[in-house]
This record gives sequence, C-alpha cells and structure tokens, in this order.
Amino acid sequence: MYGNLSFDIAHLLAGGLVLVSFMMLYQDRLYALINTYALHALVLSLSVAWQALVQHAPHLFVTAAIALGFKAIVIPVALHRIVKRLGIHRDIETVVGIGPTMLAGMGLVALSMVVILRITPDADPLAREDLAFALSVLLLGLLVMVTRRNAVSQVIGFMALENGLILAATGARGMPLVVEISVAFSVVIAFIVIGIFLFRIRERFDTVDVGALDEFRGERQ
Amino acid sequence: MIALPFEAVTAVLVIPIVAAAVLAALPGYRAAARINVLASFLTFLAAASLFVTDRPETGQYLFVDDLNIVFIVLNTFVGFTASLFSASYIAHELETGRLTSANLRFYHAMYQVMMFGMNLAFVANNIGLMWVAVELATLTTVLMVGIYRTHEALEAAWKYFLLGSVGIAFALFGTILVYLAARPFIGEGHDAMVWTLLVEHAAAFDPALLNLAFIFLILGYGTKVGLAPLHAWLPDAHAEGPTPISAVLSGLLLNVALYAVLRFKILLAANPEAIGPGPLMMTMGLTSLIFAAFMLYRRRDIKRLFAYSSIEHMGIIVFAFGLGGPLANFAGLLHMVMHSLTKSAIFYAVGHVAQIKGTQKLSEIRGLTETHPGLGWGLLIGVIAIAGMPPLGIFMSEFLIVSSTFAVHPLLAIPLVFGLLVAFGALLMRLTSIAFGEPTGNTAPVQASYLPMYAHLALVFGAGLYLPSALVGWFQNIAGILG
Repeated sequence: MYGNLSFDIAHLLAGGLVLVSFMMLYQDRLYALINTYALHALVLSLSVAWQALVQHAPHLFVTAAIALGFKAIVIPVALHRIVKRLGIHRDIETVVGIGPTMLAGMGLVALSMVVILRITPDADPLAREDLAFALSVLLLGLLVMVTRRNAVSQVIGFMALENGLILAATGARGMPLVVEISVAFSVVIAFIVIGIFLFRIRERFDTVDVGALDEFRGERQ
Repeated sequence: MIALPFEAVTAVLVIPIVAAAVLAALPGYRAAARINVLASFLTFLAAASLFVTDRPETGQYLFVDDLNIVFIVLNTFVGFTASLFSASYIAHELETGRLTSANLRFYHAMYQVMMFGMNLAFVANNIGLMWVAVELATLTTVLMVGIYRTHEALEAAWKYFLLGSVGIAFALFGTILVYLAARPFIGEGHDAMVWTLLVEHAAAFDPALLNLAFIFLILGYGTKVGLAPLHAWLPDAHAEGPTPISAVLSGLLLNVALYAVLRFKILLAANPEAIGPGPLMMTMGLTSLIFAAFMLYRRRDIKRLFAYSSIEHMGIIVFAFGLGGPLANFAGLLHMVMHSLTKSAIFYAVGHVAQIKGTQKLSEIRGLTETHPGLGWGLLIGVIAIAGMPPLGIFMSEFLIVSSTFAVHPLLAIPLVFGLLVAFGALLMRLTSIAFGEPTGNTAPVQASYLPMYAHLALVFGAGLYLPSALVGWFQNIAGILG
C-alpha cells in the first residue's frame, strides 16, 4: 500500500537511531548526553509509530506513545533533576578517548551488518535491515555503558540498549504485545531500581562515579 | 492420579504472590518470618503434588512436563529450607542492628516475589513470558543483595544489575530472533512464541537464524548461570548480600538460567541443520571449571570462596549437558540437584559462622569443630561433599560425568579431571584451617537452626549411597528429552 516509500521511511528512521547512538558516544557533558538520549527516544517513537502504520498494528502505537512520553520526556526531565541535585554537571570522565570509541562504534555497526545481512538472505528486506540496525543500536548502547564511569551515563547507555531491543521487537512483524509491554515494563522497573540505587549511592557517597565504588572492592585490602 | 479442586500449577504461582502482598503490609518481623516459612512450605507442597496429580493441559502460557517438575520441586524445597534458615539468621541481624524492621518487611516481600519469578520461569510455556520471569527474579535479587547499604553491598548490587541487565538484553534479542525464525512456519502472533509449538516445528526453521539466536541466548542466560568470562557479578553478589540470599542465588537462581539454556538447547537439537549447541556449552563449561578452580586458591573471604565453587560446579553441569547423551544428561541433572542441596547447606552453615565470628575473612575463622561442633561438622561434611569425595552424592554425579566423557571424548576428560582435582585441592586446603586448628575469635555458643543444613546433607549422603529406582527412571526419562 505504501510501496517503496514505506520502506524508505522505515529505513531512514532506523538509520537515524543508529546515527543518534553515535552522537551519544562523543557527548562529554551529562546534560548533553541526557538531551541526546531524549532525541534517541524521539526517533525511536517515530520509527515505532511508522511501523504501526505500515503493519496495520494499532497496538504498536502504544509502544510509540510510551517511547515518546516516558522515555523522551519523563526520564530526561527526571535525570536533569537528579544531575542538578547531585551537582555532577561537570565533564564526564570517559574511560576510553572519543577517537577510539568512535572507531569501536563503527566496527560494531559493521559487525552487526555483516552478521545479520549474511544469515538472513531469505527474510523480507525490511525485517532484516531493521534487525541489523537494531543490533547496531544495541551494541552501541553497550559501548556507551562500558566507556563511561559515571552511574548516570551508564544508565543512559543501558536505556539506549533497550531502545535497540524495542526497534528489533517492532521490526518483527506480528510479535505479540506481551513482549512490547514487557519491554516497556522492564524499563519502568529498571528505572525504579536505578532510582533507588542512585539515592542509596547518594546517601553513602558524595559521588555517583562508579569508579569511586571500585575502591570498596571487598577483597582489595 | 488424584484430582485436586485447584490446579497445583496455579497454587505454585499464587501462593508466593499473595504471601508477598501480605508480607509487604505486615510490620512485625517475627510473624513475617513465620508467614514466609509457611508460604514457602505450602508452595513446596503444591509443587510436590505435581508428581501425583493430573497434569494441567498445555496452555499458551503455562505447562508442566517431566523436565520442569524436577526444577520446580527442587526450587520450592530449597526455597522452603532457606526460609527456615532465614528466620534464625534474620533475628540475629536485627539484634546486631545491621537491618531495621523496615528493611525486613521489604526483604520478606521480595523473597516471595523472587520465588514467584523463579516458579513462573519454570512453568512458562511462552519464551517471552519466561524471559519476563527471569528478569523479575533477577531484579528482586539485585534489591536484596544491596539491602545492607554498605559500600560493598551497593557496589555488588550495581555490578550485578549492570551485568545482569546486559545479559538479559542479549537474551531478549535472542528471543526475538527465535520468533523471527518461527514466524514463517507457525504464523504471526502468540503461537510463534509458545515453546511446545516451537519444538514441534523447529525442524523447518531457518538454521542460520536459530544459530545466531542461540549464541545470544547462551551469552544472555549464560551471564546469569555465571559462566566464565561472564561471571564477574557472581562472587560480589554472593559475598555482600544476606546469606540466605547467597544460598538461594547459588542453589536456585543459577538453575533458573540453566533451565532457560536447556530449553533452547532442546529447540536447537530439534533442527537437524542448526549447529549442535554441545561444543559451545562444553567450551564455556570447561573454561568456567578451570578458571574457577584456580580462583579458589586466592580467596580470603569465605562466601567468595563458595561463590567461586558455584561457578566451578555450574561449569561442570553445563559441560555435562553440552556433552549430551543419556548418561551425561542424567549425570548433569543429578549433579545439579546435588549441587543445589549441598551448596545451600554450606551457605546455611557459613551464615551462622560469619555471624558468630563477626567476619567473613577466612584467616579469622579457625577451629570450628572444637568451638561449635554442630556448625563445624556440618560445614566439614558440606565441603567434603562439594569437593566430590565419596560416598556423597556429588562424587557419584562427578564420577558419571567423567566416565561418560571418557566414553565420548577421551581428550576432553583430561582438562575436566584436571579442573576437578585443582578445585579439590583448594577446598581441602581451606577446610583444614576452617574446621581444625587453634580456635580464633568469638567462641560463645550460638543459637542456630541446624535442621535445614543437616536435612540437605542427609539427602546428599543418602543419594550417594542409594538412588530410589523411581527417581532414576524419572531422570533417565528427562535425559532422553534433553537429547
């Protein structure tokens, strides 16, 4: 019904998500990173909404709405507040430099393209390319997690990773709603957990830098 | 077959969730501990009744087969004895002020939510639902590991949370890939995630897609099994949380993840074109075994010591299932049951020991058999069992695993036996200093609950001497299913 255009737009949005993931890699301030995450969630919600339209799957609009309302607005606002209250709006200490991180990111995207495109030659092109993008987003989220030491930015990396999962789930035609709800749910739960953790960490330490936690390794005495 | 007015499967799920709601609302810790024990006991009874009652019809969401009954019964049994141990352990923590009564309310409610999550993972017939259940069980244990709020506990919980969620994300990606593989053959919607239907149609699936899915699934769920090199969360989480949770983590949660891996292994085995999952599992198993065996030597913390021992044993079990065949699968199942029982018994003893001595440092725990014979000898028997000495149950299962390895892949038996011996040496070395020698620290007598520990040890001892033929038949049947 939408022909080539639907394919192109889906492609554009999924590719855009990968691009925003790359933007996350080089943000060195927390506020900027949170804003980039909000953009990430916005692109995700557009992508999901487009899938809902072309797949005639109205339940996917719910997922899109969750991505827009919860992930693109509520969480970034809450994170802004946390960062402000904790007074940690300084530079992020990246464990690895930006150059090597970007190179690693390109390597990961290439890897996921090679893996997915090679093993799914028979699947319909939309699904397979969506899946390749989704795996890229997932791996880039993982990369954000491992290159940051700050607890807030690790959480953002984790949420970017979950966005990749949602992209994969919505790209799989007719995947039961159960899964989408559960993914959204897991984000909510994850956020509650993280919130508690951040507050607890705040309670005991004057930093949310996970590097500081390393000093308290049980056995290093 | 007996027909019950309610379905046992429902009871296994409903009792913990109702108990969690009650416990969350109940302020007094004594009553809460008792309700916790009672609920766990009722869940165990419901689970055990699955053996004798009619099986419910296989539904879209829940099902019962020979494989998961064993897991559920083991899970609820250890859950019950751990709740008994927890009642006496927690009383002491409250006295020393490490936990407040508000903490305890949270703790008890979470305990039941965790039991619910684990039971749901076992009876789920939908791979999406199973994923949700495993995630739920993980999140509750994260919260409980961090309950002491010390620096170490927070770091352990944070690390567990990060690694656990990465693992769980990979598992979800693998689940989506399985759905994609199934969709062309089963059709869109719920049916393509129902495990029994998946196995039925697996032969037709695209093998390349299944292969990729399995790699994500074994990395994802394997993180939670504690396979090296994905094990980094495990020692910290065991060492810093309350000891009943260490016992439950080692004895039960690792099994839940293992169960998920086994389900997908069966799925892969049903497709003749897909890679055999065996070599991957054997490699990860052997790596974990040898790595953990060497790590045992440099431990200074008693709970970390036994956490590494859990990695070692999960390695052995995964190796056995990877090897496949009726004998190795039988041995793997037996080893899993024996390990759960023994390791939780050891943690019951260790919990009390750490409370008396006020420390978890191995160098400050000596001469236990002299000062606290009940605990000291229990721990001694437990460690002898876990090290794999005859005539206890673990010896038998390890012997079966080694001999079936010799029969199939004689070369692989060399690293296997090497790992077992290295671990054996480490445990024995520690054992002599813990159990014998000059007593150190506090030697005052202790109020401890010996029943859960000795009940487990008696079972392990009994299994080493004689396995009832009904049990053997049951396990052989499952070993056949596992292929």
